[in-house]
Amino acid sequence: MPEPRPSDPPATGLSGRGLACRRGERPVFAGLDFLLPPGGALILRGANGSGKSSLLRLMAGLTPPAAGMLLWDGAPVTDDPARHRARLHFIGHADALKPVLTVEETLTFWSGMRGGGAPRAALVRFRLGPLAATPCRFLSAGQRRRLALARLVASPAPLWLLDEPLTGLDEEAVEDLDAAIAAHRAAGGCVALSTHAPLALAGAATLALGDYAPTVAIPALDA
Amino acid sequence: MSALRRLVLRDLRLALRQGGDAATVAAFFVLTVILFPLGVGPEPALLQRIAPGVLWVTALLASLLSLERLFLADYEDGSLEALALMPMPLEAQVAAKCFAHWLVTGLPLTLLAPLLALLLHLDAAAYPALVAGMALGTPTLSLIGAIGAALTLGARRGGVLLSLLVLPLYVPVLIFGVAACEAAAQGFAARPHLLLLAALLVLAAPLAPFAAAAGLRLALE
Repeated sequence: MPEPRPSDPPATGLSGRGLACRRGERPVFAGLDFLLPPGGALILRGANGSGKSSLLRLMAGLTPPAAGMLLWDGAPVTDDPARHRARLHFIGHADALKPVLTVEETLTFWSGMRGGGAPRAALVRFRLGPLAATPCRFLSAGQRRRLALARLVASPAPLWLLDEPLTGLDEEAVEDLDAAIAAHRAAGGCVALSTHAPLALAGAATLALGDYAPTVAIPALDA
Repeated sequence: MSALRRLVLRDLRLALRQGGDAATVAAFFVLTVILFPLGVGPEPALLQRIAPGVLWVTALLASLLSLERLFLADYEDGSLEALALMPMPLEAQVAAKCFAHWLVTGLPLTLLAPLLALLLHLDAAAYPALVAGMALGTPTLSLIGAIGAALTLGARRGGVLLSLLVLPLYVPVLIFGVAACEAAAQGFAARPHLLLLAALLVLAAPLAPFAAAAGLRLALE
């Protein structure tokens, strides 16, 4: 496991060193370094199966890396997993909605689990206000996605990890998400997301996961 | 409102609105117990003899029915992943979910047991021991069941596997629960058996959530 070299400046935000990931017996990527500073954005790109979701789950702490380490402000996140969970929002493929709970109940629950927030404002932000009392089973795929994303703004967290957040969103909702990410970054938050769609985030770094396929020589990321 | 209370209330709300699980467990308990007088005949002495065993075995099987759903729905819709990423420890959330599970399954079983005992001519002296034993034993069933439910998450035909895994672990609860009823019916003290049931609960309450949370983390990897 590579130790942080003493010559490196202390990195703020989220950074990874020499990360490797294995799914089952198959190595997905290896030797991956990245830096996600406060206010930064990292777009993960790569073919299906190149490890975009795996990397995001690894960043969230859901899976331990096969090698390497994940640091927040220079300290390994495994030192205090509870604090790492408190500082991140992870929106995966599944929307985590219950068919019998209403839109507002869902959002109030999830923000309450993180110690409170502003679920009402988040509903308005993602144009779900008129649907507040609708049970989730009546929502369309795009509306379900918007509700999942509304969790981001319903309770604050400095690190957003979004796995293909644009799936099923209409143009208006993509703009809403764009605006939410811009406001989040302006406030010093950072975001890592995977997408296949063209998404213009100002000053975003791109991480091409195909470059880290384990058989290929390992290039360093100049983020 | 604390986050754990929120989780309990959410699970209760889901159980009430979906209705299915809690009602199924109670209905299974009632119907199965009713089958016994039909099956072995209405002879009061025989029914009285088998009443504690029938009530407890049926309660075990009924509580087993709902276990598969304990984490499965949350696992399938992504809620479990999101819960695992909440700041509070997953162990505490598992304990909260077990408590909610007991409220919608174990508590109804405890309340129904004395009514069904009438049908089986349970000795009048055994009623307090039956209710006290159920009240102490059913939370342990939910807690032990949570370990099995977590370990079989994501397995194909997890329900069958879950039964095979959990039923042997239910044996101590069954033995002491039945023993408490029989001791009371024969005029002995039920207290030692009830204390052993309490000891099982005191052991399971802090330990089972850790084992179940470890199983859930494996399922989420």
